[in-house]
Amino acid sequence: MNDEIRKVIQEHGRLPVDVGTLSEYADLYQAGMTSHASVNVMLALEDSFDVEFPDRMLTRNAFASIAAISAALSELRAEATVP
Amino acid sequence: MSIAIDRDQAFLDSIRRTAKEIAAPNADDVDRNARFPHEAIEALREERALSAFIPTELGGGEVSFEAIAAACFELGRCCGANAMVFAMHQIQVVTIVRHLEGAAWFEEYLSNVAGEQRLIASVTSEVGTGGDMGRSIAAVSPTDTGACTFEKRAPTVSYGEYADDLFTTLRRAPDAEPGDQVLALTSKGEVMLEPTGTWDPLGMRGTCSPGYVVRAEFPREQVLPTPFAQVSAESMTPVSHILWSHLWLGIATDAFDRARAFVRAAAKQKPGQPPPTALRLSHLMSELSMLRAEVSSALREFTEASEEPGRERLSTMAAQLRFNNLKIAASEQAPRVCQGALGVCGIMGFKNDTPFSVGRHLRDTMSACLMVANERIHQTNASLLLIAKEV
Repeated sequence: MNDEIRKVIQEHGRLPVDVGTLSEYADLYQAGMTSHASVNVMLALEDSFDVEFPDRMLTRNAFASIAAISAALSELRAEATVP
Repeated sequence: MSIAIDRDQAFLDSIRRTAKEIAAPNADDVDRNARFPHEAIEALREERALSAFIPTELGGGEVSFEAIAAACFELGRCCGANAMVFAMHQIQVVTIVRHLEGAAWFEEYLSNVAGEQRLIASVTSEVGTGGDMGRSIAAVSPTDTGACTFEKRAPTVSYGEYADDLFTTLRRAPDAEPGDQVLALTSKGEVMLEPTGTWDPLGMRGTCSPGYVVRAEFPREQVLPTPFAQVSAESMTPVSHILWSHLWLGIATDAFDRARAFVRAAAKQKPGQPPPTALRLSHLMSELSMLRAEVSSALREFTEASEEPGRERLSTMAAQLRFNNLKIAASEQAPRVCQGALGVCGIMGFKNDTPFSVGRHLRDTMSACLMVANERIHQTNASLLLIAKEV
């Protein structure tokens, strides 16, 4: 999943650095992701993982690192599989 | 609980007294001469209103946030510029009080604000950022001696010359990205202000807000530990929009009251015949009601969300949209109400020296759409709307 997330960030995060150089826990905003770019990252994540982030998840912190995004996606998937 | 209510009541009584007896009689002179409202700010100091929101254990009055908002409304009814100075000071205080986690220096600082009734101004706008408060160019730079410096070009610093302290947004470090910001608190003795312009604006003239190059040297502990992005989302932005909109509502309410007094005077002259302006006044009341409803519902939503553990809801995009919309709606509706009052009062409202004058009200509220330009906020909202679900 992290590779797919990295791909989305590489394409839509408009970071001044290569995503490959960032650790899973690196702060994407400190790495230069703007609020506007983060919205594009969220849209692209919804598209590639075929999910919809509910409003409660749409916070700055939920998208602050690859690990945080991964946790948010896992939570959504777990919810989706509960009958 | 009843102690808290009594506290709020006593605070608001003193605010109403200061507003009526000191701010109102000086409002025209403050406006005409574009001068700082010294008398009213001194009176607020004497009433210890500058530390009203600070917890009692730090020497403050510990009134509720609702009481601070109500105070902005009451002051706005008497002098818009004075209300704006008070509101902007309270925005800084409320922000610090809400983000004290791990900031020992700031706790001591708040007790100094209470003890000395220090007035805090903010330096958030910057030349070259296109009005985007979420980006900085100036940075906290370490010196050889372990202290910090910055140099920031600010297009406006409201009451900068009269403030005891400045709260400034900066990049965290010289190599930090534009959005990686912190807030630094510096006292007058640590700051050099070089004016870069004059102050002769259309309205809010008493806020005395020319541009400055701000230079400062200060200890590192005066940087608030919590990142500005979080401080802004949870506190500074919604608190600004709520307190500003309360004082704009205050100004619009006074304009409406003057229009009503004008209609009553006309009705008394010809008893039994409703004056033609009475109908216009009724239309105006519905415009004012809309503004009042928006302002009070936003305050309620903010206080509810603030009481939730972790204040998670305030960090959501839905909340950001909510309080951005308050700012846009209130800043457009307040001058509309003032213009409507002018329509009711006619030439008596247009003249600057009648009991029905509303020119100052109209000019003061016209600043509202520029204080963080509405178009800039619409740009942010347009982006958030792409992803937010329930708005």
